[in-house]
Amino acid sequence: MYFLMDGCGPLNHRVGSGPWASRESLKMGPLADVTLLPGEERVIEHDKDIIYMCPFNGALKGKVFITNYRLYFKSADADPAVTLNVPLGVIGRVEKMGGASSRGENSYGLDITCKDMRNLRFALKQEGHSRRDIFDILFRYAFPVSHGLPVFAYLSQEKYEENGWNVFKPMEEFRRQGLPNEKWRITFVNETYELCDTYPTILAVPFRSSDEDLRKVSAFRSRGRIPVLSWIHRENQAVICRCSQPLVGMSGKRNKDDERYLDLIREANGTAKLTIYDARPSVNAVANKATGGGYEGDDAYQNAELVFLDIHNIHVMRESLKKLKDIVYPNVEESHWLSSLESTHWLEHIKLVISGAIQVADKISGGNSVVVHCSDGWDRTAQLTSLAMLMLDGHYRTLRGFQVLLEKEWISFGHKFASRIGHGDKNHADQDRSPIFVQFIDCVWQMTKQFPTAFEFNERLLVTILDHLFSCRFGTFLYNCESARDTNEVRSKTVSLWSLVNSEASSYQNPFYTPECSRVLYPVASMRHLELWVTYYIRWNPRIRQQQQSPVEQRYMELLALRDEYLKKLEELQLTDSSPNSSHLSNSSTPNAASPTQHITHLHTPF
Amino acid sequence: MLSSLGSGGGKTAKPSFVSYVTPEEIKSEKEPYKKENQPDLLPGEVVFCSACPVLKYSQDDMSQRGVFGTLLCTNFRVSFVSDEVQVEETCKLFKNKLYGENDIPLACVDNIYGGYEDKKKLITGGLLKNKYPSKIIVHCKDLRVFQFSLTYSKEEDAKKLCFTGVLDHNNVVMKTYLRSSSIDNNAVCFVEMQRKERTMLFDCLEDWTQDMKRTKGNCRLVTENSSFELSQKLPQFFIVPLNVTDEDLVKFQGNGLPMWCWSHHSGCALFKTASLPLMLTAVAHNHLYSVKTEDLSDTLPTIQDIQLSYNKFKQFFLIDNTTEFWMSDMKWFSSLENCGWLDMIRQCLLKAVEVVECLEKENTNVLIMEESGSDLCCVISSLVQLMLDPHYRTLLGFQSLVQKEWVAGGHAFLDRSNQLHLKEKVESQSPVFLLFLECVWQLHQQHGPAFQFSETYLTVLSDSVHVPVFATFLFNNDSHRANVLRAESPSSQRGPLNCPSVWDWSVQFDCRAQDLFTNPLYAQKTKQDRSQRKSHRPKHQRQLSLPSSAFKTPTKKGFFKDEADSLKKILGVKRISRWMLSPSSDFPPMSSIKEFYETWQAKPLDYHGMLLPCLDGPSIRVWMQRYLRWIHDVQILGGGPVAVLSKVSELLAEVQELRSELDRHARTVTSNHRGAIRTRAKTAPENLARSSVRLSSSFPFVTSRNWSFKPAIPTSMLQSLMMSEVAGDLASREDDGSEPETVV
Repeated sequence: MYFLMDGCGPLNHRVGSGPWASRESLKMGPLADVTLLPGEERVIEHDKDIIYMCPFNGALKGKVFITNYRLYFKSADADPAVTLNVPLGVIGRVEKMGGASSRGENSYGLDITCKDMRNLRFALKQEGHSRRDIFDILFRYAFPVSHGLPVFAYLSQEKYEENGWNVFKPMEEFRRQGLPNEKWRITFVNETYELCDTYPTILAVPFRSSDEDLRKVSAFRSRGRIPVLSWIHRENQAVICRCSQPLVGMSGKRNKDDERYLDLIREANGTAKLTIYDARPSVNAVANKATGGGYEGDDAYQNAELVFLDIHNIHVMRESLKKLKDIVYPNVEESHWLSSLESTHWLEHIKLVISGAIQVADKISGGNSVVVHCSDGWDRTAQLTSLAMLMLDGHYRTLRGFQVLLEKEWISFGHKFASRIGHGDKNHADQDRSPIFVQFIDCVWQMTKQFPTAFEFNERLLVTILDHLFSCRFGTFLYNCESARDTNEVRSKTVSLWSLVNSEASSYQNPFYTPECSRVLYPVASMRHLELWVTYYIRWNPRIRQQQQSPVEQRYMELLALRDEYLKKLEELQLTDSSPNSSHLSNSSTPNAASPTQHITHLHTPF
Repeated sequence: MLSSLGSGGGKTAKPSFVSYVTPEEIKSEKEPYKKENQPDLLPGEVVFCSACPVLKYSQDDMSQRGVFGTLLCTNFRVSFVSDEVQVEETCKLFKNKLYGENDIPLACVDNIYGGYEDKKKLITGGLLKNKYPSKIIVHCKDLRVFQFSLTYSKEEDAKKLCFTGVLDHNNVVMKTYLRSSSIDNNAVCFVEMQRKERTMLFDCLEDWTQDMKRTKGNCRLVTENSSFELSQKLPQFFIVPLNVTDEDLVKFQGNGLPMWCWSHHSGCALFKTASLPLMLTAVAHNHLYSVKTEDLSDTLPTIQDIQLSYNKFKQFFLIDNTTEFWMSDMKWFSSLENCGWLDMIRQCLLKAVEVVECLEKENTNVLIMEESGSDLCCVISSLVQLMLDPHYRTLLGFQSLVQKEWVAGGHAFLDRSNQLHLKEKVESQSPVFLLFLECVWQLHQQHGPAFQFSETYLTVLSDSVHVPVFATFLFNNDSHRANVLRAESPSSQRGPLNCPSVWDWSVQFDCRAQDLFTNPLYAQKTKQDRSQRKSHRPKHQRQLSLPSSAFKTPTKKGFFKDEADSLKKILGVKRISRWMLSPSSDFPPMSSIKEFYETWQAKPLDYHGMLLPCLDGPSIRVWMQRYLRWIHDVQILGGGPVAVLSKVSELLAEVQELRSELDRHARTVTSNHRGAIRTRAKTAPENLARSSVRLSSSFPFVTSRNWSFKPAIPTSMLQSLMMSEVAGDLASREDDGSEPETVV
């Protein structure tokens, strides 16, 4: 529903034009109409004509310029002018197409693959190696990390009223959940990332486990990612704990400390049987034994039941999204849309993730504590715990609460954003890349779709998050874990995405939001209700009607304005009524008109 | 009697109504000893048989739990009356007055299956003779599924129920509607009551005149068929091109007569015709524009195709048990595609857009035709009007449209729905009207604010087709209707038999329930809007180009012989479908439509102007409310579109209240402040029971009794993924290619 924010920040929000292009007048110089971000610098202005091979409008002649943040193109003759405004961080791959001797019109140029479901092709004149400059510059600035350059977030000079780095304070969040308490304590054992280099410094663990216990347990968990508390149910004290797989191996090793530790988690609220959700398909869990991993066996963990959630790994998800791109870009597959969609399995994966999270949330609601892990506990595990928390805790459904959720479950717990997204990295074929976070945001979108009044934030926030997941304009999603962020001083040297969002919070708010903190939201994980997120995945296609506001939202806002207008008029009327000249009966005139909720009657006529 | 209805308006049948007890008698007979285990019978409704105790399985889960009660079969419905005291549901706002949640009008019964141990068999007469099932499963046309266990009741009763009642229901329906229809003599006065703002029924001259005037059409209104002198197939009144002569009318008897549907403001018009376009030239001459003809059978599915496809489609929603449901969930998208239903919807919408393009962009007359002239012609012509004329997007306008194109237009409702379950009519059975409603729903969900009526309205309308009391849906055409009603009216005491129209919604729902028929998003055109548009709109081209007398000259008599083909050439008649089908021809087919759509889409959306549907794959959807409402596992508690819509409704009500208060203020400023006091008292207490968060996505059809519930957890999901190619070597790989970690 919303366009690419195209990284222009608060200074330049485009409204009402096509998603892939904005129409602007040509009054100024050819490229003078783009407002650069503070800290953004022009690297090259290509004064020769370049042709943008727009898949929807055909070849468009125009000019291009590149800054250290973006690639900007503006068509010369199309009316209205077509512009492209692409943050370099979005670019995943730059290739030369055609050679000096290629024949055919527009066969010589550049082919750019973006991480946000589109490709861009530019054609240039063959004479004089015209593309060499532009290719070199693009290659260098789109992949700064591979060239020893800083990403734009470190060059940005943007200032915001609010400092988004203050949104998440781990202690505050624990306190909000009622921690520490007599069963759970806060430990600083990982203060120097000694216990686990991919975990945050502050952890919540069973009260009865000592720091020494934690160290022992960490030896038996992949990459030292021990089970720690993510969320606790206020009433029944059931907890969601997250961790990585146990290092059982082929020989089926056991570890008394780990077994005892899990039993402490179970005991904390008197749960009879601790449920361990292994996000993987059981086959994969078994196969992991060969590489030293595995799962919690029945005999070793007698007070626990193990459930496999059958969610596939990062490679499967990557291929799935790739297939999805094939059927939606540039053109939406027409003849067999539904079966093509099914063959990508994208929604099927979404369904598995959501239904896994439902099971976790359901167990917690029933008063049973759960432990969630996959292999390393930073991809599928993060998806499951954060979705379950979104279902269970209304706080995370607010604009700020959602930021906390992302900061906590994803960023601080070491989802490998740098590896999964490949910020500034030229190795487009890197096997570590995977759209796990995109998939999670898609799941959240599915939930907002099913519960349109339950979330304080709107679709625009989700699209903005995904745009800046790639853009490298903010430090929020940079690096793989907290220790790396500390080393690179992300908090002091870059701006947080939440600075941008919270400085203009109203544009990310859902007008239909009706707070209901205590209610557990169970989305329906049936293909009948899951939809392709058209306004994100197919937003570049002009045939998909892009509306700044949904008609429902628009109507609602109009009505709100109308209500305010009437209320004001009524107030004025009452003022004149109660003036001395008016009747002595004025006391009985509607004094409560300002509280219109009392007046709700049912609908008689369409308005 | 039976044959008279079934045969689509043949000879007048012998009056048979007198042979039954009159409703009054029944009433007096029943009231004194009204048993508890009986539903509230309608006047004229008679219980044929019953079985007790019968266990009705609860739909919610697959446990063998249920409620005991009595299963009855009347001449109107199959009804289950629970032994348990019904807790009066306060939030049962959306109650149908004719039948309750445990009632199935006989015409609404789709299929009955017998449950034999683990097998499920379609019950036909032969099967029952040997063995009666321990369980019967009833699939309804409104997609409800009932499961009753007969093991506890007397075999005799159960057998009787199966034989006489449920199985022979075709025999029974007939009698019912005639009777129950007579109940509503007093309810029918709505037509009189709302003379000004009413649904035009197109059963009288004025309605046709008015509609032609409204669209500024210039055609000939034919009154010669008011007693079906010309043809039994033609409506009582209809409109043809000006130069159709009396002789032509007699000669063609409805076959090939171009019937006027609607006039575009440019002066060109849409016509439809049955059979061959013998009168083509008449249309062509009519306005001096060229005519494009479109044989719908060239490109659109046949009625048999439609029936077949829908039969497959509906199976996805007739859920006997949850395991099956979740199994089918895995292949949902491809099954959906394979049944072809969505594609038929798309094809119809596409065809309508093509016609719209001709009218709007090229300003040519369009003549659509098919053999019957009353199936796909109705679908396309009404869709075209819905897209082009905002009047038909109002509630009354829409009802008028259905009356004009479908009821007066002679759509064979009785044969198409085969309410009588007649074997010989099985072939003509086809949900053509439903297909139309599906198309309307697509437009509705894409352009909500353009419609005054709600999604719920469309769903209820689709259900009402299977409630056999409405004159609207009981007949095949005007003459059929007239014949049957006249025949059944006992000349004596009660005057003509009066079947209510479906548009008299008070027969089914009370006012509060009817409020849900209006769309809170609908933005009525403001007056300012209207005047602006008027000034923008170009003058009628017809008025500009020619004095009206110029083309009134009647064509020569006998002009329409067999020369139609050569005339086509002379007049440059083009066939839309031809250039739609051959992409290599001069007129690029799909690209033209695409361009037309894109040009329209590029402009700011005017909900009171032309509306076009987006036909891309993701845009054509399943009508969730209609198809998923009874399936417990997919109900979104506290969510779904209704959560938002009800908020809009609440706010709308608030705004309206404020405005009326303002108005009162304005009125009472001079005359004391009494008005304000009255306001207080008048403020309605009830709040529509809509408090949004408590509703489920199945609102208003299912009210969720139990707020605490277990979430539906999909079962058997992995298989499909594992079996598919996805699970190749990728699936077995490590996420991060991690080296084994060794533990000391």
